[in-house]
Amino acid sequence: MSTKETLTGAEALIRSLELENVEIMFGLPGGCILPAYDPLLKSSIRHVLVRHEQGAGHMAQGYAHVTGRPGVAMVTSGPAATNMVTPLCDAFMDSIPMVCITGQVPTSAIGTDAFQECDTVGITRSVTKHNELVMRAEDIPMAVRQAFYIATTGRPGPVLIDMPKDVLQNTMTWHWPTDEEVVDSLPGYRPNVKGHPKMIKEAAKLILASEKPVLYLGGGVLKARAAEVVKELAELLQIPVVTTLMARGAFPDKHPLCYGMPGMHGTATAITAMQKSDLLIALGSRFDDRVTGKVNSFAQDAKIIHVDIDPAEQGKVRKPDVPIVGDCRQVVEEILKAIKELMAEGISATDITPWRSRVNGWKEQFPLTYDMSGPGDKLKPQFCLEKLRDAAPEGTIVVSGVGQHQMWASLFWEFNEPYTWVNSGGLGTMGFSVPAAIGAKAAKPDRTVWAIDGDGCFQMTAQELVTATTEGIHVKIAIMNNTYLGMVRQWQEMFYGQRYSEVDLAGCPDFVKWAEAMGCVGIRVESVDEIDEAIALANSINDRSVVVEFRVEEFEKVFPMVPAGASNDEVLLHPNQESRREFLK
Amino acid sequence: MSSINSNNPYGDSRQHHILSVMVQNRPGVLARVSGLFARRGYNIYSLAVAPSDDPNYSRITIVVDISATPLEQIVKQLFKLIDVVRITELDPRKSVERELMIATVRVDGEHRGQIAELANLFEAKVLAVGADAVTISIDGNPEKIDDFEELLRGYGIVESQRTGRVALPKLEREARKGATKGKAS
Repeated sequence: MSTKETLTGAEALIRSLELENVEIMFGLPGGCILPAYDPLLKSSIRHVLVRHEQGAGHMAQGYAHVTGRPGVAMVTSGPAATNMVTPLCDAFMDSIPMVCITGQVPTSAIGTDAFQECDTVGITRSVTKHNELVMRAEDIPMAVRQAFYIATTGRPGPVLIDMPKDVLQNTMTWHWPTDEEVVDSLPGYRPNVKGHPKMIKEAAKLILASEKPVLYLGGGVLKARAAEVVKELAELLQIPVVTTLMARGAFPDKHPLCYGMPGMHGTATAITAMQKSDLLIALGSRFDDRVTGKVNSFAQDAKIIHVDIDPAEQGKVRKPDVPIVGDCRQVVEEILKAIKELMAEGISATDITPWRSRVNGWKEQFPLTYDMSGPGDKLKPQFCLEKLRDAAPEGTIVVSGVGQHQMWASLFWEFNEPYTWVNSGGLGTMGFSVPAAIGAKAAKPDRTVWAIDGDGCFQMTAQELVTATTEGIHVKIAIMNNTYLGMVRQWQEMFYGQRYSEVDLAGCPDFVKWAEAMGCVGIRVESVDEIDEAIALANSINDRSVVVEFRVEEFEKVFPMVPAGASNDEVLLHPNQESRREFLK
Repeated sequence: MSSINSNNPYGDSRQHHILSVMVQNRPGVLARVSGLFARRGYNIYSLAVAPSDDPNYSRITIVVDISATPLEQIVKQLFKLIDVVRITELDPRKSVERELMIATVRVDGEHRGQIAELANLFEAKVLAVGADAVTISIDGNPEKIDDFEELLRGYGIVESQRTGRVALPKLEREARKGATKGKAS
């Protein structure tokens, strides 16, 4: 690049994004961001025009989930920025790297209640890892570099850059900051990736001495790309593994050491193994309330090794015996090395065979289960999911909304590969799946992407299927239509004496017609004998998006379940298994 | 921020913590810092902000009234703010603290001499004198200002403003021990 090159702020912005290797961005133009959309016309970056700004945010998240690279969204000021708050918060809660660019009114108009003005940096301050209002065109390249650096290092998260219109229109002398300049410009930001050697040795000793260890994997394992080394650790000492909602796929479900998901709707085995454990090796997990249940009765006899890159997670919920701040992959590599060294010195691992056979006993006694529907009855959602799973091509990415269908998808799908499960864990954003599936498919066009959605969720963001059609990003949506806000209905049935309040969604819309109106193929499945053919048809269509509506049983509930605020010892099993509860002792 | 009253947390060493937070001197930093406290429902007792010796950085001195456990979490969360460069928790016993107060006191000519005498004893300055009021400024450690304020109250304080405390570690070696340096993530 020649020196002393003069660019507009908008040109500098787009060039900066190109230099950050952005290949695709999701957005919707408007007044204040207009200048940035002009140089986009001749850019190498593909822009996906969404139908609602929230969709752009979730698409960027879906992209980031499956690639590990930051998803990029660009929208205008005011209402567009406020529509972006939900995806930003979602990305913040689930540590998803994301860079969001918003337009802002010209600097001279800021604070005058101008048309489409809002205090974007103020509004998004608590839902971003960092945000910045750029006041001079010459600051744009540095702001972009900082945003990508902050979004992708340490604990990943969303970063927002607010761009006043005149800053985009003004000219600047092009300068692309060096890595060193970026780091020097952020003196308060020095993520710690290397674990403390003393703590690592301590962890290795504890692991070797433990009689009842459990590897408690969280989303951080995936963020750190640590799945392989974690598997090596598990296999070396044959330690049972549980994968949280954010870590599904981080360890293969088909692996004999995998005991599935813990938590409110986890497997009885995963929940109980943690409860009875004497050592929880928490890797990139954050002792979320949905995992721990009542905190002071959670895994009371367990010592805790907590590996997390975010120092604020250490001791936030549960005081660790061995806190290790660092990158999960690097730390686990070091722990493995320390274990091998200790073993070479003659310290042998405690025999955990009795523990494993106990855990395997639970697994045998308490498999996932549901009652198959009788002839003429409505389909069971779990059955539909098993059918979808069994017919899905290798490497299929599953994206879910939030609610019962999410829990069933997480439980009944078998995840054997990292980055094949995308969902909204921390924030629990209904409507996440359709746009996130489009983002995932845009990132991985060769993969089949199935969105597992609910009828309530689908109605929140379905319009993005128009985007899918016009952009040629073909996804498959399975709606588990139980004509209810199913999870809320389940709580009202179980905890509010079957007093159903505002949860009935029956009667409208016609999902098939709606799908067709958006350029998709719509298929309705009402009985068991239609299911195989419908799924085969859906899997065979690759030139359009497909929406399959499964008419499922309204009153099906998700089991197991730990009621909110209850101890994990009080997990409610599937009614068919309650009689065997004593085996959980 | 609450007004000065007799339930002065300055006197309660169990709850009283001073955080000295070095931040990049940029717009919005104070909002980020104060927002963290607000979100958790903790009151900031006093707050003083000014550029440090290096104009690229500002020092924020925060007096908070919370117990040690939530404070530890708040300090960790503060470290996560990109603009926060360093946080030092100052032990009141091992730091020097100063505060400034300006007060206007209602006093007639007859009693003005008493105020002047008090001001003299406390090394306060008389800034302005009116027919029935005087304005005084005093700086010093916060306890001294408490005492002075209490004495003025007997005459009738029309208006007063305290700056909130600023603090630095004492120069002994021990004072540095309580200092925590953190890494953001």
